[in-house]
Amino acid sequence: MAWTKKVLRVNLTRGTVSVEPLNMEWAQQYLGQRGLASKYLVEEIDPKCDALGPDNKLMLVTGPLTGTMASTGGRYSVVCKSPLTGTIACSNSGGYIGAELKNAGWDMLIFEGKSPKPVYLYIRNEHVELLDAAEVWGKSIWEADKILRKKHQDPNVRISGVGRSAETGCLYAGVINDLHRAAGRSGVGTVMASKNLKAVVCRGTKGVGNVKDPLRFMQATEAGKKVLRDNAVTGQGLPAYGTQVLMNVINEAGAMPTYNMRETQFPGAHKISGEAMHQPRESDGKPNLTTNAACFACTIACGRISTVDRGHYTIKNKPEYWGSSGGLEYEAAWALGSDTGVDDLDALTYANFICNEDGFDPISFGSTVAAAMELYEQGVLTKEHTGGIEFKFGSAAALTTAAELVARGEGFGRDLALGSKRFCAKYGRPELSMTVKGQEFPAYDPRAIQGMGLAYATSNRGACHLRGYTVASEIMGIPEKTDPLATAGKPELVKAFQDATAAFDSAGICIFTSFAWTLDDVAPQVDAACDGEWTTEKLLHVGERIWNLERQFNLAAGLTGKDDSLPKRLLKDAANVGPAKGHVAELGKMLPQYYQIRGWNDQGVPTADTLKRLGLS
Amino acid sequence: MLRALKLEPEKCTGCMQCEMACSYENEGVFNPALSRIKVFEFHEQGSFAPYTCTQCEEAWCMHACPVEAIVFNPATGSKDVLDDLCVGCKVCTIACPFGTVNYRADTGKVMKCDLCGGDPWCAKACPTGAITYVDIADTGLARMRAWAQRGEATSARFNAPVAKDAQNFDRAKA
Repeated sequence: MAWTKKVLRVNLTRGTVSVEPLNMEWAQQYLGQRGLASKYLVEEIDPKCDALGPDNKLMLVTGPLTGTMASTGGRYSVVCKSPLTGTIACSNSGGYIGAELKNAGWDMLIFEGKSPKPVYLYIRNEHVELLDAAEVWGKSIWEADKILRKKHQDPNVRISGVGRSAETGCLYAGVINDLHRAAGRSGVGTVMASKNLKAVVCRGTKGVGNVKDPLRFMQATEAGKKVLRDNAVTGQGLPAYGTQVLMNVINEAGAMPTYNMRETQFPGAHKISGEAMHQPRESDGKPNLTTNAACFACTIACGRISTVDRGHYTIKNKPEYWGSSGGLEYEAAWALGSDTGVDDLDALTYANFICNEDGFDPISFGSTVAAAMELYEQGVLTKEHTGGIEFKFGSAAALTTAAELVARGEGFGRDLALGSKRFCAKYGRPELSMTVKGQEFPAYDPRAIQGMGLAYATSNRGACHLRGYTVASEIMGIPEKTDPLATAGKPELVKAFQDATAAFDSAGICIFTSFAWTLDDVAPQVDAACDGEWTTEKLLHVGERIWNLERQFNLAAGLTGKDDSLPKRLLKDAANVGPAKGHVAELGKMLPQYYQIRGWNDQGVPTADTLKRLGLS
Repeated sequence: MLRALKLEPEKCTGCMQCEMACSYENEGVFNPALSRIKVFEFHEQGSFAPYTCTQCEEAWCMHACPVEAIVFNPATGSKDVLDDLCVGCKVCTIACPFGTVNYRADTGKVMKCDLCGGDPWCAKACPTGAITYVDIADTGLARMRAWAQRGEATSARFNAPVAKDAQNFDRAKA
């Protein structure tokens, strides 16, 4: 069991809510969270629908281990069709609200239609109400959070919502929960706002009590925690430095995308690294990092809580930012920092605060800013376009002003809110957009980590590191070391990571456990919790099924194998510094083989045999 | 030897494993809402703090209870609620200065920490050592040691001006 077996369906057009049983046949085939909601989405929407129209649906979904003592068992996902990519979107978040939804008795919330006016959903266990959001619409998430908490007179509610960036149509807006955790990518927040849905306010007091074999479950979760504790990455590196442990490592590997991916090493990396966050500042003697923090049930605690120097130009006269809040993760530090050439740690932290406060993806934002800076350098973009901002690489002021403009949907921020692909197209230089399927790259240059090139090109939600993190193997040697500059064996590696990741993402746990766990560690926990028999083999099979289901959605939405590509810059312009000097991303050497081992034809379409094998025909 | 729960907020990450362990041991369900120990987040200060009953010697709750439903457990030193006797009058919840006895609407009784009969699950579940179960006479030792070390470091700084760590420590705490 472990599922609550209950789904809450909210029709925003009509303003009605209804309860239905979870489709347990699908739960056996797709486990939960990413897989399960993807199945519901595929069954319920037309893949060709307008992502921002009423025909798209938005699902907030937990996994069977969400809300349990399994380490990191607090995850939830937001699933819909993406307005940024036109593909299926599935963004995963930690914090506390996933567990709260489960504690309230819900596996999944499905939002359909579009509300005639701004509303939010209030949940207290079975009690569910759509309420007027007039007083929080037009407010940041941080403001809305305060207002809603006060209104409901309950300090224990957990809140997920969208900010002004989403309301004003930023195409990479996320859904923020617990102030600083984000279902951040692919514009899932834009979809939420397009439905006039501001927030979900939830309080659950029922708990998760129906695990299949409680004694075995406690043993399995304890064994899992021991593995995390004893592992150098999850036991030491991540708690101490967060994901920012990677900044110096990736820079040294020459895989640090810099200046809109023109270069592969950033001279200022050491100033914005996880180690730098620990150093007392010269200005006030305090470090940027205040503490590490865990999401619900997480025994790793990689989260960063940071404080910006009160004298820093960004917040000097803004006491509302003097407190601590969610600090820089590696992806944010890279996108806001290396890619734009900004090495001012506090400026990046402030920009990150703004991304959280008004709910937009720092990866897509930073990458779009970087593209704009390159256009500015080339003279295509001028001060006339930017509203007077000197939009140069390395300018912290340009970065933080841009963040404020995107947050509020004002001025030049409206252009930046389009995302890199549409932005570069608008200014006539589409080749400068560092995206796959319209989504901006994360922090690993595929010229220096070849497997990631294939992982980006074939990711079902556009460029993404969380769909097949071969960095683990190619750089960190997990589970075994492979040569990052070699292409041989990478199609197999990418497929294995993609399938396993889909299973992790469907269980209710965090993918960061996979630095230490394999599916052999996950299977006993799922099996002790859930009806049915859950072996490593079954989880892998489920993962592969999910991957192909997502692929089918994308193909039906109009994408083709031609979209499994990388920008010309990465395919033609060799890296000019670092260990990968002279290398390009050799996608062409890997893609055909990848299609073949996936059981897809040479156009990237799953064959009838493959679909049959996976139960998808 | 009597032991006590020792809570060290500076080690807490807010993961809620203690709350789930507590509710699971006592209620058979993973449910923070039924936990006798609570973790509080102070977001703007960047801190978390676990908090539960300190098992007062002259326990206000025990003395206030009109039906003697809260009793001293000599084996552990805990003050335990006897559900069969509790009438749900909530006087103990008013008497407790710390708020660690609370009423449950679903059972009509109060609940509080009973140290799990001498083997508290919260301490076992805590991944960072923020909650430990230690000799009741030694709960202050680590803090004493930290202050002693600070004094030692301060004197070292006077003797050797290059003791940068101590300066940083002072600044960080200032």
